[in-house]
Amino acid sequence: MNTIMPFVKAFLIGGLICCVGQALIMNTKLTNARILVIFVVSGVFLTALGLYKPLVDFAGAGATVPLTGFGYSLAMGAIEAVNKYGLIGAFVGGVTRTAAGITAAVVFGLLNALLFKPHAKS
Amino acid sequence: MSRQPYTAAQYRKLVSDATPGTRMLRGYLRAFWVGGAICCLGQAITLWAEKLNLGEITNPMFTTSVMIFLGTTLTGLGVYDRIGKYAGAGSAVPVTGFANSVAAPAIEFQREGAVTGVGARLFTLAGPVLAYGIASSVAVGVVYWLVRGWVM
Repeated sequence: MNTIMPFVKAFLIGGLICCVGQALIMNTKLTNARILVIFVVSGVFLTALGLYKPLVDFAGAGATVPLTGFGYSLAMGAIEAVNKYGLIGAFVGGVTRTAAGITAAVVFGLLNALLFKPHAKS
Repeated sequence: MSRQPYTAAQYRKLVSDATPGTRMLRGYLRAFWVGGAICCLGQAITLWAEKLNLGEITNPMFTTSVMIFLGTTLTGLGVYDRIGKYAGAGSAVPVTGFANSVAAPAIEFQREGAVTGVGARLFTLAGPVLAYGIASSVAVGVVYWLVRGWVM
């Protein structure tokens, strides 16, 4: 049970967060780019209000894999860096904590553009 | 009789398929199970990272990087866009969808060259996400610094 429960929680919470995105797609005229921005920024502010950390503790990857989790890392990084370095930490922490993800996206995205040809849109 | 091509049952099915309610429910179900499945994959990578003895901070970094690698590679292979057509937000909201939004325009605009094509288009969607994400994290950090200084 101890190995299965984290997966059940991740599935349920992750699925629900994606359903919020689906509701935005179907009920509003927001573009994908706007929805991604809304998710990251909400993740940042929900974390700042102390509302997102309990969700991460409960659901693990179910809360960190959606883009709100990217916002969570940004905010947690900024807060922890302020504790460490003072005001300048606000400019350091967010990107430091998310550096691996940002760099992975840029490098692997670049490699893909070198390796693959565009696919015809069907 | 030739004026009635549908039986009563077929007609009911036609109506229910065209009704927004059913289509919306299907959209939510697809987003839910695909999004949930991608998060389970993330959970599996987290467990793998724990076996590698990564720390509390480096474990999520590792998980995110592997997820992004999978997202960009599936985009390059043309698989992720097909998942996206089926799952909607279920594949767009997870971090693999962010990876897809970085890789897809870069691949598509190869023809415009290595700098203004690939290099610039990498950030078509990632640019706004990073700009507003980073800016709001700075805002949170500054407010936290002010509040902390004021309380203590």
